[in-house]
Amino acid sequence: MRTSKPARAGQYVALLCYLIFIAFPFAWLISTAFKPPRELATLHPTWIPKDPTLQNFRDAFDQQPLLHAALNSLIAAVSAALIAVVIATPMAYVMARHRSKLSTAATGWVVVSQAFPFVLIIIPLFLILKNLYLINSLPGLIMVYVVWSLPFALWMLVGYVRAVPPELEEAAAVDGASKLRTLVSVTAPLLAPGLVATALFAFITAWNEFFFALVLLKTPEKQTLPVVLTHFLGAEGVADLGPLAAAAFLATIPSLVIFAIIQKRITGGMLAGAVKS
Amino acid sequence: MTLTTATARSGTRTGKQPDHGAWFLVLPALIPILVLSVGPLLYGIALAFTDSQSGRTQPTEWVGLLNFQDLLHDTLFWDSFRIGLLWAVGVTVPQFVLALGLALLLNQNLRFRWLARALAIIPWAMPEVVVGIMWRLVYNPDAGILNETIRNLGLGDGRDWLSGLSTALPAVILVGVWAGMPQTTVALLAGLQNTPDELHEAAAIDGAGAWRRFRTVTWPALKPIALSITALNFIWNFNSFALVYVLTNGGPGGRTRLPMLFAYEEAFRYGQFGYAAAMGCVMVAVISVILAVYLVGRLRGGEEK
Repeated sequence: MRTSKPARAGQYVALLCYLIFIAFPFAWLISTAFKPPRELATLHPTWIPKDPTLQNFRDAFDQQPLLHAALNSLIAAVSAALIAVVIATPMAYVMARHRSKLSTAATGWVVVSQAFPFVLIIIPLFLILKNLYLINSLPGLIMVYVVWSLPFALWMLVGYVRAVPPELEEAAAVDGASKLRTLVSVTAPLLAPGLVATALFAFITAWNEFFFALVLLKTPEKQTLPVVLTHFLGAEGVADLGPLAAAAFLATIPSLVIFAIIQKRITGGMLAGAVKS
Repeated sequence: MTLTTATARSGTRTGKQPDHGAWFLVLPALIPILVLSVGPLLYGIALAFTDSQSGRTQPTEWVGLLNFQDLLHDTLFWDSFRIGLLWAVGVTVPQFVLALGLALLLNQNLRFRWLARALAIIPWAMPEVVVGIMWRLVYNPDAGILNETIRNLGLGDGRDWLSGLSTALPAVILVGVWAGMPQTTVALLAGLQNTPDELHEAAAIDGAGAWRRFRTVTWPALKPIALSITALNFIWNFNSFALVYVLTNGGPGGRTRLPMLFAYEEAFRYGQFGYAAAMGCVMVAVISVILAVYLVGRLRGGEEK
């Protein structure tokens, strides 16, 4: 469609404002991360560090057990993502292929579970896990993360299963393939990209999660990265800005990279869900 | 996101009923959901009617509606509730308006559109804790870029935004808008790209201006998505925790103490499990009522047109 020149110019100005609004806090985070302490102490901070340094990164690792926290986060997020996909895929398959009260109930649950204030869940979970001696342990946290990521995983996977035409499975059945054989050699390969996308999304969700980790993990050697990051803020909120920025920047990189890879698929999944509503 | 998928209609293509084998496929996911999600939810509701406390030596007892009676008179809770609603509306509404504008913009054939989409990933994928930390660096009274910009523009010395009684809530709301806008934009954009171009072109040929085209073609097609996104954003925002915990931890003087922060402190600092569970119940109840009214109203409005 034709757009007049002033209108087009206005559009570019609006786009520029948006780009600046989204990018500037992140640019500031990076800038702060590379500034030496004396540049952070002056009243007139600059965008570009005059004397860039990696000292803040070294200090960050010295001040808090960052590597250990990253390892904890990695273990929790990878296990939660794998377990969630392994147990959600069969259920998603049934939900996508069969009409049943179960599917309806499961979908209802997916919607309702988005609306909980987590405090209503976390107190009972805290009591249950305490009785099982799973407080302050990664396995306990992983269990919570698996269940927490299941609704969205199911919802994504149902979409991916539905994208595999049932006719393909029926054709294989006509050719005499067993049900299991059909699933393994026809459905699974077509589903693989969807499984990977779902697992990566579950990974990011767990990697970024804070509330459950804050409540369930008590000692620094068990805590995940987001919880350890808040220790940089100090008790009175007086923070050592450089190491804080450096650590925060590092913690973001994995999710940014993964998200950049799967972003299109998530958007596609959202679209599929939204259009049918 | 928009979770109203068509699963209820899922079987229409094949129309098969599940056989008994299907149960074995469902159980691995169903059991954890029941044990660690449905179970705790019911347990949590039950706790709201008890005097459960952490480290209590006597057995927990049923106290009926006592917690709810106490809540009714707890002005601090209602303050936080009011702040929670202000925050949820304050974030959801601008977020939607800005996102809609942006989605319409990005749906145009503009150069650098790809850059906007690439940058949109940043707030979306970042851990909320990092978003909070990042904005604390921006808001920092001395070393932050916001005050420095204000000083450079000659608008004064700036201030300590997150510690000011009147500025703290607007400051955290701005962060909330920043953090959620890209996701809303992308969802709306997906909806826009699903409206057929022919409709727009037909309307343009008929002489409809941009506003009329939006009202008669774009908006009706976008409405279902817009409705569900707004509703979900509102709930998510009302229930949010990490962002404000990192930014202000509820301060100054409780001015940004969202209900979740209040309930968290009550439960895990003061050990009042029963009381905090009752707060959770009230939050669920009020959210449900607000949403029901909103959804029914919007759906009715849609039918009349």
